[in-house]
Amino acid sequence: MPGFFEIGFLNLTWGSVVMLIIGGVLLYLGIAKKMEPLLLVPIGFGVILVNLPLGGLMATIVQGKVYEAYIIGGEPAGVVSRIFAYGLAWEIIPVFIFLGLGAMTDFGPLIANPKTFILGAGAQFGVYFAFFMALLLGFSIQEACSIGIIGGADGPTTIYLTNRLAPHFIGATAVAAYTYMALVPIIQPPVIKLLTTKKEREIYMKPQLRAVSKREKIFFPVVVAVIIILLVPKSAPLIGMFMFGNLLYASGVTDRLADTAANAFMNILTILLGLCVGCFMSAESFLNIESLIVFALGVVAFATSTAFGVSLAKLMNLFLKEKINPMIGAAGVSAVPMAARVVQKMGQEANPRNFLLMHAMGPNIAGVIGTATAAGIFLGMVG
Amino acid sequence: MAQENVEFPITGKITSVNVKAGDAVKEGDVLCLLESMKMENPILAPVGGTVTKIELSAGQVVEVGDLVAIIEY
Repeated sequence: MPGFFEIGFLNLTWGSVVMLIIGGVLLYLGIAKKMEPLLLVPIGFGVILVNLPLGGLMATIVQGKVYEAYIIGGEPAGVVSRIFAYGLAWEIIPVFIFLGLGAMTDFGPLIANPKTFILGAGAQFGVYFAFFMALLLGFSIQEACSIGIIGGADGPTTIYLTNRLAPHFIGATAVAAYTYMALVPIIQPPVIKLLTTKKEREIYMKPQLRAVSKREKIFFPVVVAVIIILLVPKSAPLIGMFMFGNLLYASGVTDRLADTAANAFMNILTILLGLCVGCFMSAESFLNIESLIVFALGVVAFATSTAFGVSLAKLMNLFLKEKINPMIGAAGVSAVPMAARVVQKMGQEANPRNFLLMHAMGPNIAGVIGTATAAGIFLGMVG
Repeated sequence: MAQENVEFPITGKITSVNVKAGDAVKEGDVLCLLESMKMENPILAPVGGTVTKIELSAGQVVEVGDLVAIIEY
């Protein structure tokens, strides 16, 4: 429309109206229901902004022509599309979020009880299960990897991998991963209950984990980074940053850096990430049947991860003298600390003497390492 | 009468004390809330009975194994 005055109303489409409503729902979930508000509020508002016509926030130029929506491979020309291109597509933001996560993580419960490491790895089977499901449904191998990784319920890892392998899915997989992270308390309990008897949920675990020395906490991130990156080289960006952030925290001599990584820096990255993901969800790139399938497969991936974690814990009990409560296997997904809290709450319900929080934190933290490693394995396969 | 010493399973800071000595509690009732690992965790009564001793105040920092309460039943 040429002329000196352009009005957005005339350019509203049904798709953009639907997306405006979705943006409103995300804001409602974040603000009124307090579901992952730190992410859903920026994502929700981003969705609203980008679906108001002619705003140009995500404008890209391809062969001299300006497009409203983000086009992969085009030259970014809007304020958010530039951040998207150089922050997200260049992989800077999700990787550095792992630095902040590392600085926020206490590996104590995992070091105190290293066998919970197995549970964190076991829950990743859900990732592979959904990967094969997606393949069977006709998605390409790259797309299937991005869909499977949702099962880990780890936002930054999902975004990192999707961006590498199937960038057109980034809106759907990112929103699915963050939504399922927020829905952990709703999705996990029925799966756990289905797979455990009341007696198993009542299994009592002694509260006292052994004390972990400072020296162990310092060595842990360095040694684990070296081992995992030697085993799965493509996990280096995520695992490397995660462990670097953790060393800043554990060393005890870089408190200022750890504090910035875990708070100010993390908050800046969260704002940029949320806004970028939201703005990616324009009607053209989000409203299609594939996005819906991605969402559906994501929940399958997540529920199977939970199921595998619990089943593996039950399997371990066959060999362990001192039985573990199989519910802590469900915490092997990487939604920290939501999954551990679910286990804690269900443990107390089954047996008021139980206090499983610290026991569940071990697999939970191992789950973060596990999902990032699974992403590295996928990248090594097809990246 | 049998009595049970309830101990803290985790280190943290008391945010509220929900019962006092002399109160009757049921199994699963909240004795106090404990902030630990940036989360608020309820400490529950493992048995039903009468609280005979609880000496906690909000803001107090407790260690694993410290006494929450004694319940007689």
